Amino acid sequence: MLVNELSVDKEYLPITGMAEFNKLSAKLVFGPESPAIKESRVTTVQCLSGTGSLRIGADFLGKHYHQHTVYLSQPTYGNHPNFFSAAGFALKTYRYYDAKTCGLDFQGLLDDLGSATTGAIVLLQASGHNPTGVDPTSQQWEQIRQLMRLKRLLPFFDCAYQGLVSGSPNADVEPVRMFVSDGGECLVAQSYSKTMGLYAERIGALHIVCKKAEVARCVESQLRLVIRPMYSSPPIHGASIVTTILRDRDMYNEWIIELKAMCDRIARVRQQLFDALHVRGTPGNWSHITRQVGMYTFSGLNEEQVAFMTKEYHIYMSSDGRINMAGLGSKTVPYLADAMHAAVTRTF
Amino acid sequence: MVEETLKLAYGESSEFIKDKRIAAVQSLSGTGACRLFANFQKRFRPDSQIYIPVPTWANHHNIWRDAQVPQKTYHYYHPESRGLDFAALMDDIKNAPNGSFFLFHACAHNPTGVDPSEEHWRRISHQFKVKGHFAFFDMAYQGFASGDPERDAKSIRIFLEDGHHIGIAQSYAKNMGLYGQRVGCLSVLCEDEKQAVAAKSQLQQLARPMYSNPPVHGALIVSVILADPDLKKLWLEEVKVMADRIIGMRAALQENLEKLGSPLSWEHITKQIGMFCYSGMTPEQVDHLTSEFHIYMTRNGRISMAGVTTGNVGYLANAIHEVTKSS
Repeated sequence: MLVNELSVDKEYLPITGMAEFNKLSAKLVFGPESPAIKESRVTTVQCLSGTGSLRIGADFLGKHYHQHTVYLSQPTYGNHPNFFSAAGFALKTYRYYDAKTCGLDFQGLLDDLGSATTGAIVLLQASGHNPTGVDPTSQQWEQIRQLMRLKRLLPFFDCAYQGLVSGSPNADVEPVRMFVSDGGECLVAQSYSKTMGLYAERIGALHIVCKKAEVARCVESQLRLVIRPMYSSPPIHGASIVTTILRDRDMYNEWIIELKAMCDRIARVRQQLFDALHVRGTPGNWSHITRQVGMYTFSGLNEEQVAFMTKEYHIYMSSDGRINMAGLGSKTVPYLADAMHAAVTRTF
Repeated sequence: MVEETLKLAYGESSEFIKDKRIAAVQSLSGTGACRLFANFQKRFRPDSQIYIPVPTWANHHNIWRDAQVPQKTYHYYHPESRGLDFAALMDDIKNAPNGSFFLFHACAHNPTGVDPSEEHWRRISHQFKVKGHFAFFDMAYQGFASGDPERDAKSIRIFLEDGHHIGIAQSYAKNMGLYGQRVGCLSVLCEDEKQAVAAKSQLQQLARPMYSNPPVHGALIVSVILADPDLKKLWLEEVKVMADRIIGMRAALQENLEKLGSPLSWEHITKQIGMFCYSGMTPEQVDHLTSEFHIYMTRNGRISMAGVTTGNVGYLANAIHEVTKSS
């Protein structure tokens, strides 16, 4: 379709990217009726996927924000620390994963954010937490929001799985919209890599929600100054694809259906893995497999067990025990269950 | 794509490619290549500075500044002759501390269109050996300048022959018209394969917190073209057509100005090379061109020759004559 559209040229995009792409991306994240959008308080710049959005956001904050400390969840996506250390930030962590429950250490999270440096930046994941698959509930998010606003902590959301976690794009960004609803500031790094399978096109957006429209305008001009000496302007192709899909009602609906199908598939495979371990009588509580959400399961397997599974069963996962559920199919579930069973019951 | 791209810069049968001595990664066009190199320079030569020509593409300053590499300038453009200030350039090279880093435009200097001659490049290269300086080439116009990619890479080849370990930023924005795709390549010639492997891994480490991996689409286009002998041949023919067109427009513009009886010398129009012509007009004259004749160019008097056509060259010459005839 794009190839045959002769009117499209190969000119540079503006520094801030494709205008229509930016508008549609903001509507996707914040909702088309979002007051922040209507009041022109959202600055959006097209970036190179979530990575690029986080880096541009970090560099921008490094130049202009008054606080140079950022809090990252313990654990978090491996590349997160790199964006902020590159921009000169001091890195701190907040408790997140509770290994005992394979769930959220909510009290630890509240304690750590509660004692955080006032005004610090907090990196949050909107949904489908990478690597743990553990997300706060709506009620927990509300408590987090209140605490953060009280301490004037600046929320920076990494939003890489919108629609892939629950199947509903709106539900998966509820935490973001909660923060925007209170009129306060936040940043959002949005990626289309997984949600539209556009990994290699490097397409995403950085959104900065400001308190006033004139601030949003100033922010945009400053973002240009960060972007230009990095790569001048973003790549056009991925933006063209996303725009084509989002602006066409039928394609958009088809995409939503496909998202739900992928989401459902992962949910099924989670259930299958849980059942398979149950059938084998594998010792331990494996309920976290179905409790956790999104692409990853923090299995609870330790480094030795993971190494064993790699060596003996040729199963590959990161050494923290994180399983990429998207890589698991109904046919391979039994094999994985066998391997996990062997790893857990074997004495080392 | 990277290997084919290296062949363009280093030579089709380059021993450096065969010996795997080049650390090379796909980059976000020329800008991304320069920035990646600047970050690499900062990390591994934290006490170094970069020498940048005067004038240069404005973003060069921004790139090395954001990479936190201190910058100095070296003489380049000679306003009186609208050519190269070679003597001052050589002085700056000699006076720089040994082992300094210099940024060169491999061909078709932006914004002046003034390139060193082959003899100039040889002498620069020789002085670089004496001083142990490092040369980084920004090559955004290979093929587009003379019409012959081999000729446009001459500066680089001279340095390679003389044994320098250089760095190169290559871009396909102009010479393949892939502007918006952001496709290019950063390469650094190393001591041996082992060093090249190490250097490449470090470049990837620098790229990871910037954008992880580069965008695929533009790179695929380049790959398809360069891997197919017929497509590659066609591309080279088309690049020559474009380069020849611009060379033709230069001649036409100069001729028109001379025919109009301009009191000034316009020889520099055909002496300069590439997309840009440093006309020598003042900011006021440029403003006059815009307000009265709706002709747009940057206020340093730089004309984008790519925008000059047989349809408008007469109008342009006339306008330039009008605003300059009394100077």
